[in-house]
Amino acid sequence: MNTTVARLTARGLFGRRRILILLAVPVLLLVIAVIARNSTLDKLELAHSILGNLALGTLVPITGLIVGTGVIATEIEDGSIVYLLAKPLPRWQIVTTKLAVAVGAAWLLSALPTYLAGLILYGSADGIAAGYAVGTLVAGAAYSALFLLLGVVTRHAVIAGLAYALIWESLIGNYVEGARTLSVQQWGLSLTQAVAADGTVTAPVGLSTAVWLLIVAAVGATALASVKLAGLTLNGEE
Amino acid sequence: MTTPAQTHSGVIHDIGYRPYTGPRLGRGYATRSLYVQSLRAAFGLGRSGKSKVLPFLLLGGLTAPALAMLAIAVFANLKQMPLDYAQYLSNFSVLTQIFLAAQAPVLMSRDLRHHVVPLYFSRPAGRGDYVAAKFAAMFSALMIMLSLPLLVLFVGSLLAKFPFGDNLVHLLYGLVAAVLYALLYSALGLLIAAATPRRGFGVAAIMGTLMITGAIAAIVRGLTGGYDPVPRESAYWAELISPSGTVEGLVNQLFGIGGDGPDKLHAPGSLGALVFAAVIALVTAGSYALMLRRYRNV
Repeated sequence: MNTTVARLTARGLFGRRRILILLAVPVLLLVIAVIARNSTLDKLELAHSILGNLALGTLVPITGLIVGTGVIATEIEDGSIVYLLAKPLPRWQIVTTKLAVAVGAAWLLSALPTYLAGLILYGSADGIAAGYAVGTLVAGAAYSALFLLLGVVTRHAVIAGLAYALIWESLIGNYVEGARTLSVQQWGLSLTQAVAADGTVTAPVGLSTAVWLLIVAAVGATALASVKLAGLTLNGEE
Repeated sequence: MTTPAQTHSGVIHDIGYRPYTGPRLGRGYATRSLYVQSLRAAFGLGRSGKSKVLPFLLLGGLTAPALAMLAIAVFANLKQMPLDYAQYLSNFSVLTQIFLAAQAPVLMSRDLRHHVVPLYFSRPAGRGDYVAAKFAAMFSALMIMLSLPLLVLFVGSLLAKFPFGDNLVHLLYGLVAAVLYALLYSALGLLIAAATPRRGFGVAAIMGTLMITGAIAAIVRGLTGGYDPVPRESAYWAELISPSGTVEGLVNQLFGIGGDGPDKLHAPGSLGALVFAAVIALVTAGSYALMLRRYRNV
């Protein structure tokens, strides 16, 4: 961790009123939760569709994509990363610092609002709110690490990330059972299942598989990003 | 002290400089060139091989299921297509949305980032022409994306000897849907892309807007009883939240397509159709106006 790098990264991510645009997403989630609270529909179903589909399935990947690529890909794209790389800092430290900022932002923008939305919607019963909060915490961290890696290896990081989140996780994951084993969203869901009361949440991936895959994906992505950043070449615009 | 007149005893030589006397092609030509160049850029033509990959992958991905459907329809001796033309577009709308999210920033953000917009405006084409050319280019690119699979389906259905008149009418329905999608998507996408010089943010913002509005529309529709066994008609107003839901609802209601059950996505009644159409027109026109405003100073 390097506080200066962290400060500059956070400013690049949130500065110039960007925080207001980013905050629109959690505010929407909370508004929906407040509206849904007064609904007569089955609360558990609602919690699954709002916390599971909207928060864990849509908001977390989108937030992870914006912050994960936002902390490093934008700097690589406009070339200002060279000033940072020229400093006597180990490259892995740059990666871990930027990752820490990204994870913090993802938690602030998606996990915390998910927990609050869960409390508003369902109360603290059955551990639903806490479960989805844990699920979004780990999923947010894993997405940040993966998308940060994408930001280092390709100039089309956002599109590659979208392709993964939309086509692999949503489209293919809906039809092919096996694709769910390799889906960050489902790993998060299996942690949700572990925290929430028995029988309230069903996840297709086993807990130990999910935990191991999460660790491997997050640590592996960070390590690979460090290696790739160490040998980064800057290309011109295509 | 010497006066300037004494020191500067220079002569002006006629070195044969001539002004340009050829035809001046003017505003229309500049706008047209910008349109052609933008349309080509939307598919990565005239750019590196890498930037062609994604648009053509998406074009192929949107057309391939049409071929697969045809093959199934022919081999299984079906009487008609398993999916209606307009419904085909809404079922695979995620590919169109990715195309929009990926290519709208290519058209808008890059000019902003390299500060070339003032250079455009120093030519005869003004900001109105710039926005018009970009909008027309994105609209045409989306129309190419959306109508290619429809034409493939239509030609295929003729080859498979499905009823001609029926298919032609439904092809026209599909093309109307394509025009509406292209109008609404290009207006929204270009407006968002014009707001940021950073391509990455633009892509994520466009996709985020489309995805999140879609998810919220589904949830609001659920909250108001749209997924009950007998869905409440008023719940379909929720589809106005999402751009794709608005177009799909309007088209399904106008032409009576999209399945027979009460659970099909449609604008509620003729008043609904009117409001949905008005919303599409308003959002498109409003985004266009905001885009014009955005280029007032660059």
